Amino acid sequence: MKQVLTGNEAAAIAVKLARAKVISAYPITPQTAIVEKLSEFVANGELEAEFVNVESEHSALSVCLGASATGVRTFTATSSQGLALMSEILYVVSGMRFPIVMTNVNRSLSAPLSIWCDQQDSISVRDSGWVQLYCENNQEILDSVIQAYRVAEEMLLPVMVCFDGYILSHTAEPVDVPNQKEVDGFLPPYKLPHLLDPNKPVTMGPVGVPEYYEEFKCMLQEAMLEARRKLAEVDRAFGKRFGRRYGLIERYRSDDADILLLTMGSLSGTAKELIDWYRKRGERVGLVRVRSFRPFPAKELVKTLGNAKAVAVLEKDISVGWTGALFADIAAAFINVRKKPLLMNFICGLGGRDVSPLQIREAIRAAARAAETGEVKKSVRWLGLREKLVGLKA
Amino acid sequence: MKELSEEELLAPGHRACPGCGEALAIRLALKAVGKDVIIAQATGCIEVVTTPYPETAWRVPWIHAAFENVAAVASGVEAALKVMGKHGIKPIAIAGDGGTADIGLQALSGAVERGHNFLYICTDNEAYMNTGIQRSSTTPYGAWTTTTPVGVVKKGKDRPKKDVPAIIAAHGAPYVATASVSYPTDYIEKVKKAMAIEGPTYVHVHCPCPPGWRFDSDKTIEVARLAVLSCAWILYEVEDGVSKVTFNPPKRRPVADYLKLQGRFRHLTDDEIAEIQRMVDERCRRFGIE
Repeated sequence: MKQVLTGNEAAAIAVKLARAKVISAYPITPQTAIVEKLSEFVANGELEAEFVNVESEHSALSVCLGASATGVRTFTATSSQGLALMSEILYVVSGMRFPIVMTNVNRSLSAPLSIWCDQQDSISVRDSGWVQLYCENNQEILDSVIQAYRVAEEMLLPVMVCFDGYILSHTAEPVDVPNQKEVDGFLPPYKLPHLLDPNKPVTMGPVGVPEYYEEFKCMLQEAMLEARRKLAEVDRAFGKRFGRRYGLIERYRSDDADILLLTMGSLSGTAKELIDWYRKRGERVGLVRVRSFRPFPAKELVKTLGNAKAVAVLEKDISVGWTGALFADIAAAFINVRKKPLLMNFICGLGGRDVSPLQIREAIRAAARAAETGEVKKSVRWLGLREKLVGLKA
Repeated sequence: MKELSEEELLAPGHRACPGCGEALAIRLALKAVGKDVIIAQATGCIEVVTTPYPETAWRVPWIHAAFENVAAVASGVEAALKVMGKHGIKPIAIAGDGGTADIGLQALSGAVERGHNFLYICTDNEAYMNTGIQRSSTTPYGAWTTTTPVGVVKKGKDRPKKDVPAIIAAHGAPYVATASVSYPTDYIEKVKKAMAIEGPTYVHVHCPCPPGWRFDSDKTIEVARLAVLSCAWILYEVEDGVSKVTFNPPKRRPVADYLKLQGRFRHLTDDEIAEIQRMVDERCRRFGIE
């Protein structure tokens, strides 16, 4: 059934459809509406779950960890400072292989304080052993949360579904909401190989002595790499049942493109409009969107980007002291590949700054110039920056 | 004591130091509680000495996640048991004084305020022993630790012990008790009571640490008992807001008898000991102990 939903509402409905049994969260803008909605579902008896109103995000994820170990499906949601506060427990959850699903509504990190969108928060915990999916629209949020539970529980990996604050979280779009029966058919009941059960005592979370620690980490890495196949498999199964598929990456008019944009999240929505405009003029410009940032779909990306002349990587984050995180990863993916495109990085949209079609056009033009000359003069640039304010030459 | 189980649910062979007060406290608590339990443990000595992978000393289900979140992990266990309809299992969170009074206080406060049905046991050895004897907020006044050294200008900890049981009682928890490993009957009864009462309950057990307090490992019980006999550590319980001393020493021993057994107080002058005695007397007055 089609409903007009904000991204936050779509996320909450997906969690309800997934029948999460323990939900624990702490309010933070712009995530709050998700857990408000879920509290309502629980209060009205529409969702049979325990809603644990904790005193911090650190405790929110810890509650999910305890509940997951005891035998139920769990959910939490956060943003920005909240994700940073729970970051210690992110690593514990993946290390202990609990299939917890959370939504992170992307918001910039302090300081200066900003409640607005960028992707620095989740990018900063990319090494925590969580699968990270980035959504383009509200339909994808709902679908990704449902898919996330199946991937998480089949791989014993936690999954973070990320979507852009305000741009998606507070913007209403038509969303096709599946019925409960359909979702039940797709998502089997929660199952874990070991649970906290007095009838079968197990020790969880022991000390990892040097003789074993590395093996634990390698098993996590192998599971994450294997998750690429699992994500694709679950996506196919989802597509069969619900008629929508997303892939690890999305290709938009990319097949014959000389110039490609590479993005994550809602930015691709705006960029696609511009691609269409270029295509109408007969220019071979296309777009690739990374949906699964962790695990990183290097093979698919190398194959898709490999035939372009130049790729402009647009991203709402920066690894301060180096480049954007996606740019660094894509550069690494091409390291042993002979035929590679020129790569350029455009940092944009930090702290909620609007990324306009004009700015995206600027990136495309710069990439086109590089393709023409065969040379990249400056690898990392900022879009929409007021250079004078920071004492830089425009 | 007669009906106390002979079954060891904390298996022998773990790597705690000889005379470890904490290990004794947990062994006794498990005897009091039995098998139908789930334990959440904070990071600290006990976690380290009982679970070096692939070994474990725990014969009951046990989970460790981090240092400051044990009350939240136990909250999650309890919430899951509730939604699964598994009544009759009351989870226990266990943490040392650092994991309780300092870094874990927020999570503990939150869990007690939310009213989860769980027992929290603080095994208090009065410093960060796992990292090598650093000051915690429950380190007593005057005690030497590696971060409150005895120097020329400063000599030991210059602040009194944080009163965590009072903080938890102020939350309105239905049952709060203090205990000592040297009074096992009293301690076991309190753990049993805390398990029988619905809601968040709290037992704070005084656990001497031979290497940290600087005494020989065969003196754990003697030291613990002198803490109680001198009222440096008062045994009491708070049930539904009503406070009751559970052991009133017939003739209070001078606190000096307790302090002088321990190297951590060796530097104290007579004046400083008199000051500690004054603090103990004041606390006794508040509890109605002569």
